[in-house]
Amino acid sequence: MPRPLAAAIREVSFYSAVLFFVVIAAFPFYWMVITAFKTNSDLYTLTNIPFWFNEAPTLAHIKYLFTQTLFARWLLNSLIIGVCVVAITLVTALPAGYSLARMTGRSGETLGIGIFMTYLVPPTLLFLPLSRVISMLGLQDSMWSLVLVYPTFTIPFCTWLLMGFFKAVPREIEEAAVVDGCSILGAFIKMVLPVSVPAILTVVIFTFTLTLQEFVYALTFISSSAQKTITLGVATDLVRGDIYFWGELMAGALIAAIPVAIAYNLFLDRFIAGITGGAVK
Amino acid sequence: MSAVLTKDIVKTFADVNAVDGISLAVPDGEFMVLLGPSGCGKTTFLRIICGLERQTTGDILIGGTVVNDIPPRARGVAMMFQSYGLYPHYKIRDNIAFPLRTQRVARAEIENKVEWASNLLGIGHLLDRRPRQLSGGERQRVALARALVREPTVLLLDEPLSNLDAKLRASARNEIKQFQQRVGTTTIYVTHDQVEAMGMGDRIAVIDHGRVRQVGTPTAIYDDPADRFVATFVGTPPMNLVAWNGGHLGFRPENFLPRELIDDSAVTEFSFRVDRSEYLGSERIVYGVLEGLESVQEITAKLPPAHVDQESIRPGEWHAFAVRNSALCYFDKDGKRAIRH
Ligand SMILES: Nc1ncnc2c1ncn2[C@@H]1O[C@H](COP(=O)(O)OP(=O)(O)OP(=O)(O)O)[C@@H](O)[C@H]1O
Ligand SMILES: [Mg+2]
Repeated sequence: MPRPLAAAIREVSFYSAVLFFVVIAAFPFYWMVITAFKTNSDLYTLTNIPFWFNEAPTLAHIKYLFTQTLFARWLLNSLIIGVCVVAITLVTALPAGYSLARMTGRSGETLGIGIFMTYLVPPTLLFLPLSRVISMLGLQDSMWSLVLVYPTFTIPFCTWLLMGFFKAVPREIEEAAVVDGCSILGAFIKMVLPVSVPAILTVVIFTFTLTLQEFVYALTFISSSAQKTITLGVATDLVRGDIYFWGELMAGALIAAIPVAIAYNLFLDRFIAGITGGAVK
Repeated sequence: MSAVLTKDIVKTFADVNAVDGISLAVPDGEFMVLLGPSGCGKTTFLRIICGLERQTTGDILIGGTVVNDIPPRARGVAMMFQSYGLYPHYKIRDNIAFPLRTQRVARAEIENKVEWASNLLGIGHLLDRRPRQLSGGERQRVALARALVREPTVLLLDEPLSNLDAKLRASARNEIKQFQQRVGTTTIYVTHDQVEAMGMGDRIAVIDHGRVRQVGTPTAIYDDPADRFVATFVGTPPMNLVAWNGGHLGFRPENFLPRELIDDSAVTEFSFRVDRSEYLGSERIVYGVLEGLESVQEITAKLPPAHVDQESIRPGEWHAFAVRNSALCYFDKDGKRAIRH
């Protein structure tokens, strides 16, 4: 086969494979975006081609969300819950992951896996006992119940994640700091934490996303609209019986998705590589 | 500045004794070199002294106080790690300054010291970079600078020059030695390079399999080895050993000369068959076998080229060689040095 032809075939097959996956990954997002900005008549006219705008785009759905529903409140609730859970998770998982990685020898590994296992118990099983706990604490129908419950799955996962990362931090860095006059805590704060920024960012974003998308606990613990999270509010208040407010649903999902997408793209890629380079031989 | 005294230090990992009863007294201000093959426990021993590793049994005294239960930061020891342990997120300047900052040294003084240490090791132009932007040898010098800026009770250096080129190594060797003599810090210096050990140490402790085989001045270690291990570990080429009376007889290659070159009658003569020779400029190394004697390795002779030319030691021929009796060492069947026979 002549060379240019072989090269062309290689290029074409490579890019068609890429294109295939891009379409699969991006299509739902595209669908969400156009639905959020379509007029209702465009959405519900069956003869219209659904893949693009047949009528001029509109901001009506977004306006409806902010004026006719508690959408702004849900956003705020989700944000508050997310921030609190991230804080609780970090405060717990950082020292836990570090001690599992450094101070327990071989049993640390087993213990870490054990902790991770608890993450795998589904909320559909756990919400029953947990609802007892919530009602005993008098937190029924309050968003603070979620601040309490969400760490039950974010902490195990993040502890396990951080444990793996801390193991990869060269021990000599902390040892040098300890010999140079730090306490173990000092070495952890001055050396290990700065070097672990990529892992910490991963944990922050991951935890935040988990709380943002959680549904089962929110649905079972909360009923009044003002206490709802965005995931719950959009799904319960914008689906009335069998009537779906498609434009508002998609607009709500879009607004919730944008900050997360930005966070992923902006931070993760940039920080993930090479912070510990050069520490050891 | 303080003396270091270790009493019967043992460190056991799972099933191996990495350190197997080291008792070592390093007086205040001494430059002690630990010399030994790879894996003999040198690093482990240093880590025990600075407190990163807890000995299984035994005591450590720094400046007369037992420090077994004192954490590393309170021991006041400076250590340079074999694998450097630089702080990756700090600039080189801050790496070097870190031990001073934790001791709350005044800012102006920190600057002076960082400048002094970086100039000493020729890394002044790298101060604003980060460790990952440095070559291996540069990183090593940063690690060394970080150990030297402090005024520690004891300075522990774990193979500090292993990654430098020959020229840098020679100058750094010189700088470290001068620095140590000027400041008088008790120093324990780990190496497996004998040239470094012989050239720098006030005394050398030769270690093998977690035990001290001999402690002594470079002269004593070289001329008066306590056992077969020390005799063959120190010196290139190593000491020749031949089976003798159930034990071994040893002599250094440079003492093994053609009979006519030794102007003495108290000699032991050998018949030496030359197999090959290497000319190294300042010396000629000749390899061969001895008649009627079993040797541990090939017998070598280190000859002064000025006196012995290529023609007079042709390969394949037998030559009359000899060693002065005073230069012979006898080792018994356990490898221990016996009284001169
Ligand atoms: N944490 C550990 N766990 C188990 N074994 C260890 C550990 N650290 C060291 N050892 C073992 O102890 C012995 C001594 O190791 P050490 O690092 O002290 O050697 P060394 O003399 O510094 O060698 P080198 O010259 O190669 O640096 C080795 O056999 C090593 O395998
Ligand atoms: Mg070592």
